[in-house]
Amino acid sequence: MRTPPGLAPESFADALREFEGIVGKNWVFTSDEDLHLYQDAYSPFWGEPEERKASAAVAPHSTEEVQAIMRVANAHKIPIYPISTGRNLGYGGAAPVYSGSVVLDLKRMNRILELNERNATCLVEPGVSYFDLYRHIRANKLKLWIDCPDPGWGSLIGNALERGNGYTLAPYRDHWGAHAGMEVVLPDGDLVRTGMGAMPGAKTWQQFKYGYGPHLDGLFSQSNFGVVTKMGFWMMPEPEAFRSGTVMVYRYDDLFKLVDILAYFENLKVMSATTRVESPLLFGAFKAPPPSPELAALRARHPSREEYESFAAKNDVPYWSVILRFYGSPKVTAAHWEYAQEKFGTIAGAKFKDGDFYEFPLSDAAANQIMDKAPLGIPSLEAFSMGGRTPTNPTPSNGHMWFSPIIPLSGEAVQECEKVFREAFKEWGVNPLGLPLPQLYHERTFFQIYGFPISHDAETNRKNRETFKRMIALAAEHGWGEYRTAPAFMDACADTYSFNNHALRRLQEKLKDAVDPNGILSAGRYGIWPEHLRKTRS
Amino acid sequence: MSKVWYCSTALLLGATLGVPINALPADAASVEKGKQVFQTWCEACHGSGGDRPGTLGLEAKYGGKIPARLEDRKDLTPDFIKLYVRNGFAMMAPFRKTEISDADLAALSAYLTRTRK
Repeated sequence: MRTPPGLAPESFADALREFEGIVGKNWVFTSDEDLHLYQDAYSPFWGEPEERKASAAVAPHSTEEVQAIMRVANAHKIPIYPISTGRNLGYGGAAPVYSGSVVLDLKRMNRILELNERNATCLVEPGVSYFDLYRHIRANKLKLWIDCPDPGWGSLIGNALERGNGYTLAPYRDHWGAHAGMEVVLPDGDLVRTGMGAMPGAKTWQQFKYGYGPHLDGLFSQSNFGVVTKMGFWMMPEPEAFRSGTVMVYRYDDLFKLVDILAYFENLKVMSATTRVESPLLFGAFKAPPPSPELAALRARHPSREEYESFAAKNDVPYWSVILRFYGSPKVTAAHWEYAQEKFGTIAGAKFKDGDFYEFPLSDAAANQIMDKAPLGIPSLEAFSMGGRTPTNPTPSNGHMWFSPIIPLSGEAVQECEKVFREAFKEWGVNPLGLPLPQLYHERTFFQIYGFPISHDAETNRKNRETFKRMIALAAEHGWGEYRTAPAFMDACADTYSFNNHALRRLQEKLKDAVDPNGILSAGRYGIWPEHLRKTRS
Repeated sequence: MSKVWYCSTALLLGATLGVPINALPADAASVEKGKQVFQTWCEACHGSGGDRPGTLGLEAKYGGKIPARLEDRKDLTPDFIKLYVRNGFAMMAPFRKTEISDADLAALSAYLTRTRK
């Protein structure tokens, strides 16, 4: 039997028996075979001593069981690590940040408690995945859309608490921003509801986010102050139509005006879906076929900007391109696309290409055939083809991890970030995965995304971890910070948010000590450690 | 009145744990249950369509010599299925017993081996 660090085996055995009394023997896992399933499948410490491992897992079915478990854990000072669906792959999966914790597996709490079609809201438990909610909506023919991240098996609650992102309109694709009301079990087993949920019998828990008094919801996001057992969300009403179109420009300096117009449209809500700036010329568009032999040869020569521009004009390969997406009626989406062409048409030589057009509702068969599902609120696992086996990639990777600093929404910022990291990679002799894609997830910033493959070779992983940490520090030197990260880098990222001698972290630690005096909940998550473990911070 | 939907349990899964893989006969009920398990947990990667990473990967691996869709395979065995479900492979992460219970796994095996030769 594994035992949490510092805990007497007898005390742990007593606690496990008490856990079994709460959830039943079948839902307490202690064997190596079962606990293997709680390792991070995409761990950058694969096979190394630092690999995070659970000492046990316990899977409650109700809020009351979660409360009872937390009381037992408090009594025995057992470190507890809650997961929702445990599919946060690339960001830790089902493994605890603090090795030896007992994983509180909430997957069995999978009830969709309320779906309000008229107000377009829902209330769910942590085990409900995007697939679950989508299937339920389809089965009941509701005119509601979900906004899903790349992994459709993710939890609505888990992804929102991680401040993950999706692909539809701005109010919904910020998953944390789209939440309305929470129910939380505190480390001592007490139960609180936030927002209007604090009023018994409130009629607007999922409609009015703020309730009365201090808005404490943020304490439970990217943190370790409570176990969220219910959460409400605003949903998107099914639009009548969807339309997309691509804007293509051919000179390097067009980037600046391209991004300015994009921001203008985003903030006016003319075009409000996730998109990214691509460079078919420099890197190839996302999911594009391999470059022509001529373009491949050109890239290999590392030519001047002028040579690139000459090639772009002669071969009709855009320097930059952006896919725009519109929601509304067929007429409204056509008008917005026409308006977009008018504004982007002020960039000399800009070209446009019509994209997809759909009217809703779609049949199941039609929805299944769509290749780019996420902008239509259809969950999939398509993103996991990145790094997977293909005819040109016969050796699939063992996962991935992402470095995604937040940079300003401007062409100048994209240019500077790309240059800083390109030069750093050259100096460090490294070559991270894929393309530097400035992605418009949030309304006012870009995410500049770099990927790393996960290997089962320790030396490869060590080098990638080292590069990742250097990137965190280099980004911070330029004022760019990570929005979210894997457990291996949580302390390093937290260190960069250091204004006034880490005043924010000191405040978080004061709150942690007050809310969780025994320091049992999710030690180390997002760099917040309980007092007795602060010296172990990496 | 607003249209409010209350639901008790969203998922069809949640069967009893601890059933040995080979204890469940491959009868029609278990095959049907296994089909539901497949559709819930496997289809998004291993189904039909150009955006299924598992199917795309197996197409690249076998080049058509073996069907890329798992539901078309006639060579799968319960042990083989268990190995992949509980260990994963490459980009595929393993599935915990709160996701695919042992009973669900047995049903899934019944479904994927229903036409085994």
